[in-house]
Amino acid sequence: MSALFDNFWALLGLKAVVAILVILNVALVIIFAELKISAHMQSRVGPYFAGGRYGWAQPLADGLKFIQKEDLVPRDADRPVFKLAPMVVLAGTVATFVIIPFSPTLVVRDLDLGVFYALAAGSVATIGVLMAGWSSANKYSLMGGLRAAAQLIAYELPLVLAVVGVVIHAGTLSMSGIVEAQAEPFFHLGQTAIHLPYIFQGQIIGFAIFFIAMLAELNRTPFDMPIAESELVMGYLTEYSGIRFTMFFLGEYAGMFAMSAIASSLFLGGYYFPGLDSGTFGPIVLMAKVGLLVFVMIWIRWTFPRLREDQLQSFAWRWLVPLSLVNLAVTATFKVVF
Amino acid sequence: MTTVDRHRLSMHHSEVQVSVELQTPDMTLNLGPQHPSTHGVLRLIARVDGEVIKEVEPVIGYMHRGYEKLAEVRTYAQITTLVNRIDWVSGFANEIPFMVATERLMGLEVPERAQYIRLILTEMARISSHLVFLSSFPLELGASTPLMHALRERERVLDLLEGVTGGRFHPNFNRVGGVKPAAGAGKSEKKVAQDLPKGFLDQTRQAMQHVRDVCDDLKDLVVGNEIFMERTKGIGIIPVDKALAFGVSGPNLRASGVAFDIRKTDDYLPYSNFEFDVATGQNGDCFDRYSVRLEEVYQSSRIIDQAVDSIPSGELQAKVPRIFKVPAGEIYVRAENPKGEMGYYIVSEGGRGPYRLKIRSASFSNLSVLPWLLKGQLIPDIIAILGSLDFVLGDVDR
Repeated sequence: MSALFDNFWALLGLKAVVAILVILNVALVIIFAELKISAHMQSRVGPYFAGGRYGWAQPLADGLKFIQKEDLVPRDADRPVFKLAPMVVLAGTVATFVIIPFSPTLVVRDLDLGVFYALAAGSVATIGVLMAGWSSANKYSLMGGLRAAAQLIAYELPLVLAVVGVVIHAGTLSMSGIVEAQAEPFFHLGQTAIHLPYIFQGQIIGFAIFFIAMLAELNRTPFDMPIAESELVMGYLTEYSGIRFTMFFLGEYAGMFAMSAIASSLFLGGYYFPGLDSGTFGPIVLMAKVGLLVFVMIWIRWTFPRLREDQLQSFAWRWLVPLSLVNLAVTATFKVVF
Repeated sequence: MTTVDRHRLSMHHSEVQVSVELQTPDMTLNLGPQHPSTHGVLRLIARVDGEVIKEVEPVIGYMHRGYEKLAEVRTYAQITTLVNRIDWVSGFANEIPFMVATERLMGLEVPERAQYIRLILTEMARISSHLVFLSSFPLELGASTPLMHALRERERVLDLLEGVTGGRFHPNFNRVGGVKPAAGAGKSEKKVAQDLPKGFLDQTRQAMQHVRDVCDDLKDLVVGNEIFMERTKGIGIIPVDKALAFGVSGPNLRASGVAFDIRKTDDYLPYSNFEFDVATGQNGDCFDRYSVRLEEVYQSSRIIDQAVDSIPSGELQAKVPRIFKVPAGEIYVRAENPKGEMGYYIVSEGGRGPYRLKIRSASFSNLSVLPWLLKGQLIPDIIAILGSLDFVLGDVDR
């Protein structure tokens, strides 16, 4: 048995299977949370019957239904690209999970360039969206895909700049390294060591920028213009159905988890919580923080209308980019001075 | 393509060639007749450059049911069923101008109690129609939660309407010379018209309070929202002269700053007995159109509260023979419907049905401003502007 675990490829395969199972389950849980929370915000009950209690099996039932649907490809569609697009989206999202540290040891691969890798892998999903929009042979899809691409260009910059502040603080690009740096005492009050995550170490603006940019990257309200049901029918998803639609859907919710986990690790201390053993409680602590962020995202989605594409662009370039540059400069100055 | 269009197109192309080398062809985007936010079967053929609309051509008629022609072969009493279905979001309000026109041709005096009931139910129809608009307009901008909250309160109003008339959408409640005996009133003596259901007046007062509460919520949730303001302020401005030229009426006209309300100017129902304000906007943009309707809901509930307090007792129906003929003549009666000015032009030759019935519906005229209004706008703004005009396709096509 230990020989099997020592084999690099066997271990890699095992890790991959576990990671994908975790991702799928997490996505299903978030979908269920969204169904229920939105229902309560809208004075509805939400799913109630599937699975017996509280309709907990509703996402599973939906997934099963989608799998049974006919696999439709529009006649004029660019077939290979059309079929590849959902896989690219899901793969890009799944790849992000590689560097998320659930505890000091529970991490698929702690890359030295972890943060850089996460942001790069996260952006791959947008290429999938663009592929979907382009290949569908549908004008609404095309506009949705182009909107997604425009959004990516506008928001990738503030996202990266917000992260750079944290990287300067921690002095490392490794995700585990950044979490460990937040586990160090920030200062001592008499004998007690005070531990603070980066959000309370002056990175609150950075966190706000990261969160806003994250919503745009995930195409969540108020930045859900690529889908925008009332304008573009379903945007780049218009022609998708069945299992391919499910892949987009899972990708979206897994992406919510991945980005929230990255935000938690960078700004909220990740798996570390003062007084709790990271080795044992790490995953639970991280999940709690992720749950908080996911809830805020769901809350925003069911409260706000959406912006317009040009308003989003001007918001990103005129406010977020300068603000994140200022944040970066201030962080760097403090780092040098103190 | 007309000659003018071709000329305009060629002019446009020559401009492009001068300024930029690279030409991109315009895309023709066909919105509808099946599209999530065209409120039914409206079709828009838009020529777009990226997301900018260059030209838009609305195509209507998918919903045409020929009511004007059908009315010619029906009696006056039967036409109530038809006019109900013109603007189905406020079915009750459609009946009023037709009934008033018929009664005026016949020279009938409608009992005051019947007039009050008509007025209360018309204002309820206005509230339910406006609540649909107030909740579905944010939905078009991407916020789905106001819909649920507003429709919940609308349901109370519809329940009351149903309690009196027996129908939520198509009450078919008015009779020439008064109103039908109410549905939920219970049995009564022969030849005495049954009255409003028990507890109707109290329930109405409660429902009005709920309606005002949900409007307060909408004020906080929607009108006060930064993103909502971004999306609606300065979007789709209809100046006063354009509004008048296109025949825009109702809340859309008042949003442009014209304080014209048929409830104040005409006397088709006893509105002069009640105090209420005419809500107006200043800029005529989507935001004003929303705010004006929100204010109108408050005013309508104010009218209903006063009417419920002062409703007189008496007959529900004037003396009208079972089979009646309307004297020859012509008449036009208009009313302030939730969507705008609705009028019926009746030509009678002395028969049991009209010789010709012309229906002037608000949505049709309000919609005619679209090609002018949408030029140069962005695609997301089309949806906002379409939504803000608050039309019903049944009211457009008839």
